[in-house]
Amino acid sequence: QVALLDIDICGPSIPKMMGLEGEQVHQSGSGWSPVYVEENLGVMSVGFLLSSPDDAVIWRGPKKNGLIKQFLRDVDWGEVDYLIVDTPPGTSDEHLSIVQYLSAAHIDGAVIITTPQEVSLQDVRKEINFCHKVKLPIIGVVENMSGFICPKCKNESQIFPPTTGGAEKMCQNLNVSLLGKVPLDPQIGRSCDKGQSFLSEAPESPATSSYRNIIQRIEEYCDQHHFQEEKII
Amino acid sequence: ERSNLAGVRHILLVLSGKGGVGKSTISTELALSLRHSGKKVGILDVDLCGPSIPRMFRVQDNDVHQCDSGWVPVFVDQDKSISLMSIGFLLEKPDDAVVWRGPKKNALIKQFVADVAWGDLDFLIVDTPPGTSDEHISTVEALRPYKPLGAILVTTPQAVSVGDVRRELTFCKKTGLRVLGIVENMSGFVCPHCSECTNIFSKGGGEELAKHTGVPFLGCVPLDPQLSQSLEEGRDFIQEFPKSSAFPALAHIAQQILDGALQRSS
Repeated sequence: QVALLDIDICGPSIPKMMGLEGEQVHQSGSGWSPVYVEENLGVMSVGFLLSSPDDAVIWRGPKKNGLIKQFLRDVDWGEVDYLIVDTPPGTSDEHLSIVQYLSAAHIDGAVIITTPQEVSLQDVRKEINFCHKVKLPIIGVVENMSGFICPKCKNESQIFPPTTGGAEKMCQNLNVSLLGKVPLDPQIGRSCDKGQSFLSEAPESPATSSYRNIIQRIEEYCDQHHFQEEKII
Repeated sequence: ERSNLAGVRHILLVLSGKGGVGKSTISTELALSLRHSGKKVGILDVDLCGPSIPRMFRVQDNDVHQCDSGWVPVFVDQDKSISLMSIGFLLEKPDDAVVWRGPKKNALIKQFVADVAWGDLDFLIVDTPPGTSDEHISTVEALRPYKPLGAILVTTPQAVSVGDVRRELTFCKKTGLRVLGIVENMSGFVCPHCSECTNIFSKGGGEELAKHTGVPFLGCVPLDPQLSQSLEEGRDFIQEFPKSSAFPALAHIAQQILDGALQRSS
């Protein structure tokens, strides 16, 4: 049972990617109902609260924090195995708030996404730093857009070149796990735009095996973690 | 007392709803192109959490000094034709995270807008983080008295990016910021081995959005590994790679900005 919470208040992408554009949130006695993609996948995003795709959420930090609190307090998620929180880029209000508000519950950890170039890594090192500062465990780093194989000649191009060793070197230096590398595949963008599951649409893609391996490692981390927790109790 | 922006002829903002679409890249290449047309350019980097501009000019290790009128911007080279200001120069260590809530960010942005001694500039380019929040509201408010030329909006071709940029357009409308046009970045990739063109991030979304909203379309910039490499190494792509696939589009964007500025002046 999975819950996906989109706290990118200014740029909520999850509804479109899940094929849920235009859906609205319903209220019941027990709070706000998530919008369900499948019976076991519920989603919440500010996107569902906006009436037009042109609506801008022009809010300063405190108002964004208020909505994030509501998402955590008022959404009736039910019994959930995994709550995944998608965040905007940065190390600011949204990030501080989500860590603060979830501190009573237990965050297993963060998965940090980067692309291979130094321009991206230099920001991701800050994000790793942020996690250390707020005592958020790091499950690992994913190197996205890692190489592109031309569909015609099958040669690989490094469109976003790992000039300083990519995520691999950074993870070594900072002692965090590299969960995997995902290559560029035009089908990924297409599936997201159409709100379809890339994993179902392109099961043979090298990107699909990358995603699946990464997901497996995340599940293993969480299982191990819970086992250790139970041991302590 | 003369304001620090009194000598700046044109101010333009580079915005996007979406992260990772290439705002800082476009800001950098626009500055380099304008420099090659003989203009003096400043870049104000108001992305406080992820300041990318210093590295793109290979000055990430520089410090910022104070003078009587405020902060002295960092000059990119001897001829002082490009100057920069970024929180990147103020960090003790490059990996230090700026974990600030809105009010603290707003205070620094106000200072950045008022207290940098730019001197005389033809163009001040303001590079922003993604979104429509504190940084954007504060920057537009602080710049309003200086009547910015307008904003360039950057998107990648896919719907997921365009979806956020539509909201950015609304932000511009609501805050009275003129939209100079939309750039569709990462628009197609030409394989350097066989010249096959693949639309890795789809195609056409930016152009369609421009048409749909009646905003000028400034052009498609393709994915170009030589451009990415130049940015990594802080090199002048415009000077060193005029035959590269992204060059014509970037030069054309700069020309349209120059034309627009000229029109406004007259």
